[in-house]
Amino acid sequence: MESMSVMAEDMGYDPRAGKTRDEVEGTTQEDRARDLGMMSEQLKNRSMEVFFEVGEEENLVYPYADKVDFNKRTELDCEGKPTTQVNKDIRALMEEGYGTIVLKNPRGMHSVGVGILNKLNLIVEGSIGYFGVGLIDGPNVRIKGRVGWSCGENMMSGTVLIEKNAGSTFGAAMRGGDLVCRGSVGSRTGIDQKGGTIIVGGDTGAFSGFMMQRGRMVICGNAGKNLGDSMYDGTIYVGGEVKDYGVDAIPAELTDLDKAWLTRKLTQYGLMPEKGVDHFTKIVAGKQLWNYDNLEPNEKKLIL
Amino acid sequence: MCGIAGLIHRGKSSDVGSEMTSMLTALKHRGPDSTGFAVYGEPNAGDYIMRLKVAEQEDMASGYDMQDKIDARVAMVEKRLAEHKASIKAKDAATPYAMRYVITHDGDTEAMARYIEDVEGTEILSLGNSLELIKDLGDANVVADSYGLRDFKGTHGIGHTRMATESDVDIRSAHPYWAFPYNDVSVVHNGQITNYWLKRRQMEQRGHRFMSSCDSELLAVYTADNLANGATLEDSLKASIEEIDGVFTYLVATKDELGMAKDTMAAKPLVLYESDDMIAMASEEVAIRAILPQEIDTTDPYDEEIRVWKA
Repeated sequence: MESMSVMAEDMGYDPRAGKTRDEVEGTTQEDRARDLGMMSEQLKNRSMEVFFEVGEEENLVYPYADKVDFNKRTELDCEGKPTTQVNKDIRALMEEGYGTIVLKNPRGMHSVGVGILNKLNLIVEGSIGYFGVGLIDGPNVRIKGRVGWSCGENMMSGTVLIEKNAGSTFGAAMRGGDLVCRGSVGSRTGIDQKGGTIIVGGDTGAFSGFMMQRGRMVICGNAGKNLGDSMYDGTIYVGGEVKDYGVDAIPAELTDLDKAWLTRKLTQYGLMPEKGVDHFTKIVAGKQLWNYDNLEPNEKKLIL
Repeated sequence: MCGIAGLIHRGKSSDVGSEMTSMLTALKHRGPDSTGFAVYGEPNAGDYIMRLKVAEQEDMASGYDMQDKIDARVAMVEKRLAEHKASIKAKDAATPYAMRYVITHDGDTEAMARYIEDVEGTEILSLGNSLELIKDLGDANVVADSYGLRDFKGTHGIGHTRMATESDVDIRSAHPYWAFPYNDVSVVHNGQITNYWLKRRQMEQRGHRFMSSCDSELLAVYTADNLANGATLEDSLKASIEEIDGVFTYLVATKDELGMAKDTMAAKPLVLYESDDMIAMASEEVAIRAILPQEIDTTDPYDEEIRVWKA
């Protein structure tokens, strides 16, 4: 942390302090990129922990975050508009201070609401297509219809609640926040998941949790074949049947802490099963395939 | 990438032509190279509808005598129809190179089809009592307008927008494929088939014909082969998951059925909407929304899933 403040002093400002759009008026693109931590050459080999400290996460404000008021509500009709225009309109409304935006008539439109790095209540009255609300950091999204492939891909924080079904690669490479689908989802749910929580009220398809690295996934229904294949770490909870386990995914004991966490999360989203959470199966990585403790595990050769 | 779509109305005819056009227009971004429709009208017993092309679209720009060649080919096709005692009841030509005949015939349609395809540059796109197969370069609107598809009434149909990855941009590589020589059977496919050459050699040894080097044609030939051996559509779809390698989602339509199959990896998308009176499916929900704007429930079929619906 010390080197951080030394560097910040050299640069003339504190990158963690956060700035509003008004404050960054007049700064260059390069300054703003550095504020976001995108100018990696300035980091001088320091650990990423500085930027992703646990206590800091909640207070992180992007340098050009708009000051929005959740009580200021507006509607945005997507009818006949291209996706880029809808996303630009959302940004313009946030700039005007609208904190609650209701999208009307999305009709399966792709890439709606991507890249929102701000606090916002986004309500989608209908279904959206591929890559919906991907790359978001902060907003609370409620989708009253269905989502296509790769919903919430790479999301960093916030909550996304989907009332109907979702397509494949739900929450791929997700890093934080809660991604919840009340219905069933397609295949490869949470592929490459790096954090956060995925909750599915129904079933999931094949290869769910493939190469999962961190975070938690809760499937209240059944899971398809190759569940948790090649997972590095993280935890998967399945309420129904597991068709089969992938390479190196093994069942583990469901502890009281797990049950308490499951109860809290499922109750929060109204998905708590009547029979409780005792029947859930917990799946973790066997760490035979990849083991961070040993550089070249002998077991690896045996498994492969 | 390619986009596929299918639509089936249970027990009644509807505006399948305009509905399929709307669905494929919404999928244009998945493949702008060519568009094809296989739509099924009310079966007219006794009469066959034959759609064929006598040249490729690109041929039309080459050679001063192309029109003469086409006229000669059409004359030869009609002569050969007469030799097989098929009488022409109606004849249309939507484009200079694509013909539609309504014929009366009660002999061996396979022998007749093989004889007609022997004419240079000629490929029968479809033959059947209710199937109308239309495919050409361009997007759904261009193809639907030039072939007058919008007014078409029928029970079901499948369609395809193609992004060429495995073969050229031409009509012979465009979908849907007719499952030669099975009347009224057509196939659309999204994906890549990796044991194409192996299976193609097997099929060629059994006497099946391949008109293109597009991997999707294999699925049409494969389905035809299974049907020839007495399999039902469901059996054929089930067997394909084991026997065809690669990533694929494909739709097969017969005169009264529509089926889908998805590979073991579930790598190619399909969104499904089912209700009591209609079933719609497409690579993306946006296509289904093009004809059903109201709030509906849709699902994704899982890996190795096959479904068959009756019209």
